[in-house]
Amino acid sequence: MNRLWLTLISVLIALPSWANNDPAEVRLQGIAAELRCLVCQNESIAASRADLAVDLRQQIREQIQAGKTDSEIRTYMVERYGDFVLYRPPLKTTTVLLWFGPLLLLVFGLHILAITLKRRRSALADKVLSADDLERAQALLGQIKDPGKQP
Amino acid sequence: MSRFLFPLIGFVVLLGFLAFGLTLKPSEVPSPLIDKPAPAFTLPQLANPGETFSPDAMKGKVWLMNVWASWCFACLEEHPVIRELTTEHGVPVVGLNYKDIRNEAISWLNRHGDSYLVSVSDTQGRVGIDYGVYGVPETFLIDQTGVIRYKHIGAVTHDAVRDTILPMIRELEK
Repeated sequence: MNRLWLTLISVLIALPSWANNDPAEVRLQGIAAELRCLVCQNESIAASRADLAVDLRQQIREQIQAGKTDSEIRTYMVERYGDFVLYRPPLKTTTVLLWFGPLLLLVFGLHILAITLKRRRSALADKVLSADDLERAQALLGQIKDPGKQP
Repeated sequence: MSRFLFPLIGFVVLLGFLAFGLTLKPSEVPSPLIDKPAPAFTLPQLANPGETFSPDAMKGKVWLMNVWASWCFACLEEHPVIRELTTEHGVPVVGLNYKDIRNEAISWLNRHGDSYLVSVSDTQGRVGIDYGVYGVPETFLIDQTGVIRYKHIGAVTHDAVRDTILPMIRELEK
């Protein structure tokens, strides 16, 4: 009996997840998740509870019903709020640094790493004794009278 | 020497970028509508809902469209500046009453003075979306041909009027 109740309650709790199964709503979520809410800039229009985000979700919903494509809806938003609404900004002359800046930093970092490694290797190479130095060192060691004190 | 010099240079450059970042205002998103025709609309007038207003009526004039609402605190703050613009400088200002309740908007104007040429009711905020409004107040400068020339985000200040808005209006009126 308990198990039946548990099952019923679980089903009841899970019910709201059906609400978004309408394909238009799924599309709406997909579009809105990639648009920035301008009022609270770290949230997407899908996630935000700001008034404007609610209005914009409604706009997207109406445009989906009117048969607009995803890219048409995105263009609609960009025409009003600029590229800033897109979480995936388009590749333009003004966004080149945004897109390739991290790559540039990586290349710069690899360059520094290469230089450092090269320097360290040459510094180590300097420390190896040449044949002459070795002979001199052995000669000096040979001069020491007391062999017991040799290191 | 270079062991300290290069990290120091790097640090100073980083400091420069951070200092520059402090001067930016991330809440002010540049509008893509600058130098584009002001979106057309026809909305009922606030004081007189039987009559409508459309930006076409302002053709041939340099004018401001000020987005305001009775629930907006910053609008109250900028209200004297709007009055100064209309009364002292003779600039026509149209109010876009954004997502407001008509009675409250009217009593707000009665309380604080109404220097708008006309206010129109954008109850649903549809026109606001067409103008890319994302916060109230915002103010648009529109030229004789109906092109948006400038957008001021947030409350209009005396400084903004003196340094930016009035010089632009006078330049456009030439």
